[in-house]
Amino acid sequence: MLFAGTPFELNRIMLIRILVAAVIMVVFWLGTRNMKIVPGRGQSLIEMGLDFVRVGIAEDLLGKKDGRRFLPILTTFFFMIVAMNLTGSVPLLNVAGTSVIGMPLLLAAIAYVTWIYAGLRKHPGAFLRNALVPRGVPWPLYIIVTPIEILSTFIVRPVTHTLRLLMNMIVGHLLLVLFFLATSFFFFEAPGLFKFFGIGTLAFGFVFTLFELLVAVLQAYVFTILTAVYLQLALADEH
Amino acid sequence: MDTTTVAALSGNIATIGYGLAAIGPAIGVGIVVGKTIESVARQPELQGRLTVLMYIGIAFTEALAFIGIATYYIFTA
Repeated sequence: MLFAGTPFELNRIMLIRILVAAVIMVVFWLGTRNMKIVPGRGQSLIEMGLDFVRVGIAEDLLGKKDGRRFLPILTTFFFMIVAMNLTGSVPLLNVAGTSVIGMPLLLAAIAYVTWIYAGLRKHPGAFLRNALVPRGVPWPLYIIVTPIEILSTFIVRPVTHTLRLLMNMIVGHLLLVLFFLATSFFFFEAPGLFKFFGIGTLAFGFVFTLFELLVAVLQAYVFTILTAVYLQLALADEH
Repeated sequence: MDTTTVAALSGNIATIGYGLAAIGPAIGVGIVVGKTIESVARQPELQGRLTVLMYIGIAFTEALAFIGIATYYIFTA
């Protein structure tokens, strides 16, 4: 812990987040400092990443116009979450920046505010009515439908958005901890032939480290794409 | 009639809770992925769009399992 005992005390995860933020800034600063029409190797790698979010997520789900409009938030989400998730598999850091609730909660809250804002801006009067009192339902059913819609749209949606990322990272970290603790136990403390189990747990620990790399990228993709889907639902023209 | 105890279980039944919570999402994710594979086999040219839809479907289904994990942290705090 840095600055322990002061209001500015920083634990390991916060230090990792600061490091990650610095790394992202440096990477994008270096990568976009010297742009050429015919991209070099570094520039084309960065363009590939940015293009993936722009074409694969924003324009695919929101269309050209709205895609451009909400591109900054989606791009920020994607690269920030990828970088923060990947620290879970980086030796010596070993814990994801997103594996305590602060970061996913903040990001989900930003997404929540953004899609409600987008919806209210596009359909000032109709947004809440479309969300809570859907057309084409016989009126007595509104007694059931409206509370369910309130619960699922405005409460469960941001909660699951947060928990999905957070729990993936926590569970990944716990799995790796279990595998490597078991390896240590089998190698150094277990009697006789039990030591051979250590080879198995070590191999699984290694495999799951690779699996965590996959999960890190996948969860960043899922978080971003769900943000885009919520925006799309808020912006959709209801009939 | 006298009651006799055949077997006793000590500890907390909550430990099997997550196992139960994982059944539904497991089946759900299986259906989502299986149907996507089926559709890609029928319409290989739609693979890109179907994959996106598959991930969205998985994300929604999976959430229940993660709520299952979260309950431990919520109710023991």
